[in-house]
Amino acid sequence: MHTIFLIIKREYLTRVRKKSFLVMTILGPLLIFGFYAIIGWAAVSSINQKKVEVVDESARFVDKFKDDSETKFTFSKKPLSTAKKDFVKEGYDALVFIPKNVIEEPKTVQIFAEKSVSLTLQHNIEQAISKEIETIKLSQAGITQKIIQDAKVNVDAQTINLSDGSEKSSNAIAMTVIGYFCAFMIYISVFIYGTQVMRGVMEEKTSRIVEVIISSVKPFQLMLGKIMGVALVGLTQFMLWILLTLGLFTVGGAIIGDKAERGREAMQTNSAMAQNAPELQDEKVKNNAIASVMQAVETLNIPLIVGCFLFYFLGGYLLYSALFGAVGAAVDNETETQQFMFPITLPIIGAIAVAQFVIKDPDGALAFWTSIIPFTSPVVMMVRIPFGVPVWELILSMVLLVLGFMGTTWLAARIYRVGILMYGKKVTYKELSKWIFYKA
Amino acid sequence: MNILETHHIVKQYAEHRALDDVSLTVPKGCIFGLLGPNGAGKTSLIRIVNQITAPDSGDVLLGGERLKPDHIKRIGYLPEERGLYKKMKVGEQLLYLAQLKGLTEREAMEKLKIWFLKFDIKTWWNKHIEDLSKGMQQKVQFVATVMHEPDLIILDEPFSGFDPINANLIKDEILELREKGKTIIFSTHRMESVEELCDYIALINRSHKILDGPKRAIKEQFKTNTYHVEYQGDLGELPPAFIVQKTLATDDGFLRTDIQIPSDASVNDLIRRLLDRVTIRSFGENIPSMNEIFIKAVGSIND
Repeated sequence: MHTIFLIIKREYLTRVRKKSFLVMTILGPLLIFGFYAIIGWAAVSSINQKKVEVVDESARFVDKFKDDSETKFTFSKKPLSTAKKDFVKEGYDALVFIPKNVIEEPKTVQIFAEKSVSLTLQHNIEQAISKEIETIKLSQAGITQKIIQDAKVNVDAQTINLSDGSEKSSNAIAMTVIGYFCAFMIYISVFIYGTQVMRGVMEEKTSRIVEVIISSVKPFQLMLGKIMGVALVGLTQFMLWILLTLGLFTVGGAIIGDKAERGREAMQTNSAMAQNAPELQDEKVKNNAIASVMQAVETLNIPLIVGCFLFYFLGGYLLYSALFGAVGAAVDNETETQQFMFPITLPIIGAIAVAQFVIKDPDGALAFWTSIIPFTSPVVMMVRIPFGVPVWELILSMVLLVLGFMGTTWLAARIYRVGILMYGKKVTYKELSKWIFYKA
Repeated sequence: MNILETHHIVKQYAEHRALDDVSLTVPKGCIFGLLGPNGAGKTSLIRIVNQITAPDSGDVLLGGERLKPDHIKRIGYLPEERGLYKKMKVGEQLLYLAQLKGLTEREAMEKLKIWFLKFDIKTWWNKHIEDLSKGMQQKVQFVATVMHEPDLIILDEPFSGFDPINANLIKDEILELREKGKTIIFSTHRMESVEELCDYIALINRSHKILDGPKRAIKEQFKTNTYHVEYQGDLGELPPAFIVQKTLATDDGFLRTDIQIPSDASVNDLIRRLLDRVTIRSFGENIPSMNEIFIKAVGSIND
């Protein structure tokens, strides 16, 4: 057992000390952050407060329009003709004209703007006016504020339902993004770290150190030590990425914090408004995609996702890296690896292809089977997990994955122990299958 | 006492029998030459002793005990194909290899200090292996083989890749290790080093052991009662049982003749005859060289 730790330590330290590890560790989060920063910037910069001048001839709406992060209303007593002439010069983006007879003829409300007015703004103004008119008409009909307040209990219940519904729709985006992101990370890292194992084995074989080492340790210990050492490198890299990414987002968040904060306020205002006007929320949520996705992320079971990610990363990596290691042991040089790499990588490439269909139908038969079979489950199951997977399926998939990597490790070890001492021989599949049945 | 015994070792690869009923006895404290043509099965045998592979049948005893995993600490192995981690530093690498052999880091450090002083390679500690010359790498590898003070040291072609000065250095180390009571098995094609160093030899050919024992006894076994004489004058007729094999003229005006005498005859009879007829400069027995023995033993089987 002691020797395995020595091997793990060496495999780990030689890799972690490499410059390329440092570069990848720093570059990774920068790329991720850069990616998000661009999206965030694009989304946030669209939140520009619009100045709107209101000419209210009916005088019923003064101060009824609430300012928010998107719009600032200013009421003026100027006649429409002057206001129309001057509002652009005075720095307003739009002019709202409410005629005297608005209550009788609501369709006479007009919005003037130099550039076309955003649908949201139009919607906001229409909503505010119609709600005010509604209140007025209701009270004219003898329905007091109190009755409305009483009625609101029901409306509130309705709101919760509706907001659940809309949360789901924004959640679906978050689930898709997170599921696919995790699946892709597993796919990439199985390749990156699996190849590292393969190269490590080949390096030992071609530099002939392997004979010295296995006169001290069992070939199986050497193989396992290498696989575990590289796994730790992978986990270290992920940890550093997560920490660095969090750090970057904290620092980066402080810089663009002002704008982000406004975005969040807008979100809150929206939900406050939504209480009064439930049908508004759907529209609003879409306009505030980032904030809503962030909110949706918070509703996901993050510990489960992170836990499963680590499990499936390790499981998938162990399953494939053993096979990669066997390939490294079987060949004499890099070019020969191609013929063996192809069949090994086929299932995981297939898995990432299938993942796109699984996203659309996370509970279908395809999703079920590919997330149970160990060769594809690390990728496909990660796609499904954010959408919710029955516990028994998860457990079955995990158990099979553990059995799967035990199986591949056993198989790989049989090939490995023969291969590392075999030089100058062009290896065929027939040859490999013979090795499996050799006595030690 | 024997440090290593193998009893009836058989090792079969798919269609090829690498070792067939090979039994060897290696006494403690000797230098043991394991000889044989390429592909005879030497490396297979060495790998079995190193527990890299296991025999299909037969026993290996190290110091009287059946081979077990713990024994690897008592063996040092220098494979024919030398290899070190190229991107690792010399010191770090040796510490690692020593620890794999069961030394603690501190023990390894102490032992390594002694070797680095001895070989005068202190400045190499932080160098990468790939920055060393081939000869320097060999030295490092030799240190790696012996640093854990094994009782049995197996060297596969130990002198290949060394210049004469370093080869001599290694030779002296091998002799010194024997003085300390260690046993050295070395496998080689270079008969002059066998001649010079080995106390015992074993010859393996086509998976079979065809010869083994103390070097002196084997030479005795292979000698043909042939003597050489350098002289001036005319040898004349010798009795028919005395066979003149060949006569050559030396550069400085002498003749050199090889004469084989019958096994029941005494060498004194030959000398007596020679004394009467020629002026003798030198006389001696033709002891077969290891090279001759090798060729003879292997050749007679392969023909």
